Amino acid sequence: MAIEALTLKAPLHPLDKYLRLTRIPTLWCPGCGLGVLLGCLLRAINRRVEEEVLKRDNLVFVTGIGCSARTTFYVDFDGAHTLHGRAIAFASGAKLANPDLELIVIGGDGDIAAIGGNHLIHAARKNMDMFVIMNTNFIYAMTGGQLAPTTPLKVITTTTPYGNPERPLDVIKLLSVFEINYLARGSTTHPHILENYFYKALGLKGFRFVEVVSTCPEIFGRHMGIRDAIQLYNELKKRIIFKPKPKPEESMISWEKGIIIGEFMINNYESFIELIKKTTYGIEN
Amino acid sequence: MKRVFIRGNVAIAEASLVAGLKFYAGYPITPTSDIMEYLHLKLPRYGGLAVQFEDEIASINAIIGASWAGAKSMTATSGPGFSLMLEGLSLAHITETPIVVVYVMRTGPATGVPTRSGQADILQARFGAHGDYITPIYAPSSVQEAFDLTIKAFNTAEKLRTPVILLSDAVIAHLWENMIFRDRDEVEIIERKRPNTDPSNYLPYKPEDDGVAPMAEFGKGYHILVESLTHDERGYYVPTTEVQRRMIERITKKILLHIDYVYEQKTYLTDDADYIIVSYGSSSRTAKSVVNDLRARGVKIGLLDIKTLWPLNEYAIKKVCESCTRIFVLENNIGKFVWDIQRIVRDIDVIPVSIIDLDLPDPDEALKVIEKWL
Repeated sequence: MAIEALTLKAPLHPLDKYLRLTRIPTLWCPGCGLGVLLGCLLRAINRRVEEEVLKRDNLVFVTGIGCSARTTFYVDFDGAHTLHGRAIAFASGAKLANPDLELIVIGGDGDIAAIGGNHLIHAARKNMDMFVIMNTNFIYAMTGGQLAPTTPLKVITTTTPYGNPERPLDVIKLLSVFEINYLARGSTTHPHILENYFYKALGLKGFRFVEVVSTCPEIFGRHMGIRDAIQLYNELKKRIIFKPKPKPEESMISWEKGIIIGEFMINNYESFIELIKKTTYGIEN
Repeated sequence: MKRVFIRGNVAIAEASLVAGLKFYAGYPITPTSDIMEYLHLKLPRYGGLAVQFEDEIASINAIIGASWAGAKSMTATSGPGFSLMLEGLSLAHITETPIVVVYVMRTGPATGVPTRSGQADILQARFGAHGDYITPIYAPSSVQEAFDLTIKAFNTAEKLRTPVILLSDAVIAHLWENMIFRDRDEVEIIERKRPNTDPSNYLPYKPEDDGVAPMAEFGKGYHILVESLTHDERGYYVPTTEVQRRMIERITKKILLHIDYVYEQKTYLTDDADYIIVSYGSSSRTAKSVVNDLRARGVKIGLLDIKTLWPLNEYAIKKVCESCTRIFVLENNIGKFVWDIQRIVRDIDVIPVSIIDLDLPDPDEALKVIEKWL
């Protein structure tokens, strides 16, 4: 009650204007990277709105199911909290029906790349106009700690009690074959870099994708034996290697050899909407 | 208004253009693909867009997104594709999103006979998705009805802010018939209610007196929450029995309040009938032929041809059937709609005439079954 009264009457933070304050606090656990991710995203949006590159009321957040998918109902934009894995499909329809909208899809690696993997691939292939943010926390957190497509080999999860026998997905390498317009990996341990990637992606057209390597001390940390939030943060930070122009070939996430963050791809290819205008309606851009 | 000679699937595609379709998403499937091909060619000329997606799951989720972006939206599929769409249909119900799903039934289960017909999926269309909801379902039995009921499907979706299914089958899909084409200014076209309050007072799930909440669209400053979790009138997740009950009541009551608008049936020679055949979709063509044969022999028999397969107006069905002595339910499956008639008309014998046929049920075969009970 006290917190509510405080936040409602006197905004404490310049980004409060982008939040549905009645729905704060979030359900995210202490030490979760999603708060950092959202802070970076809102700052990047704020910059683009102030520059008049984006109109606030044209922004639409679309999410599927999972911890990160809850973002939609914490932010004060048009939003859709849809089905597990289907955010990209939903967002595609909204964008194609009204190209003035700017679609932002946020999801976990399970939501975006496992159950939603087919939609991810085909939206990338089409250079579909949208910005997709994938929060990689190496685990299914909301459902209690099952194997994710990014879970490292040998890690014990609730569905790999003898150790994970599956080779993890490298989503950067996967998407690099589609020649999309923006492909980057950031980390919640390096928020200034992350914000900058979001900022850049929000100024481009076509399919833009940022993988955010993030911390989940409560679930993934527990499996790794690092449940302390600060310790997990430091363990991740130690492994992050920043490279200005990394190649997709070096994008494999390795807890032994390190995790490279950077901008893997920046292109200016014709976007799907532009190609539709040209082919179907005969409009040159 | 003009007389045209076209096939059922084209009638559906043409009707969707008249109804104001602006976004189509789909995945090729027999016997439905020609709807999609037709719209890919024609929809851009009407200021709309048709897009082929990677599967049916993407297709239905895309049309839900498009509907929230303000476009009248549709997809079309058949059994295997509809099975994939069920979760999306459930999303359309809980978010009260107007969409039209054209479902052209073919033979199943699984791949069955893709090119041939059947009516096995009427209960899947009705109940296949998870959760409590009521999906209005229209079943045409001629090319004219394919046209008229497609427009009705759009009107119902927009009027009641709900997904609607147009349930055709492979026979009607490929049937060529004369029909009257009516253009936009010659038919009633209903558009969804928009909010007339300012964004700060707008509640996306608060119904008005007609049971239906006005629907804002993305990009207009309403900061809508399209919510797949159980939600209150604001769209906020509230996991309580009270809110769950209120939400389910909202999404089901609005359909039932308008049952007189939603429900349609036709009768043929039922006024003096001792016997009535109840049928729907392509099977009602067989039923009509059986009625004509038996009338020629002096048997007082009539046809109750159901156009709205769900929800049913039980009173209207009872009224037609109340003075007959025996009812037959003719359908191309193991006997599914017959359960409804047995439930609704409890004091009269209801005989299933379940004939599985890759085309229409053969009238002679149906006649043989019915004759035994006259």
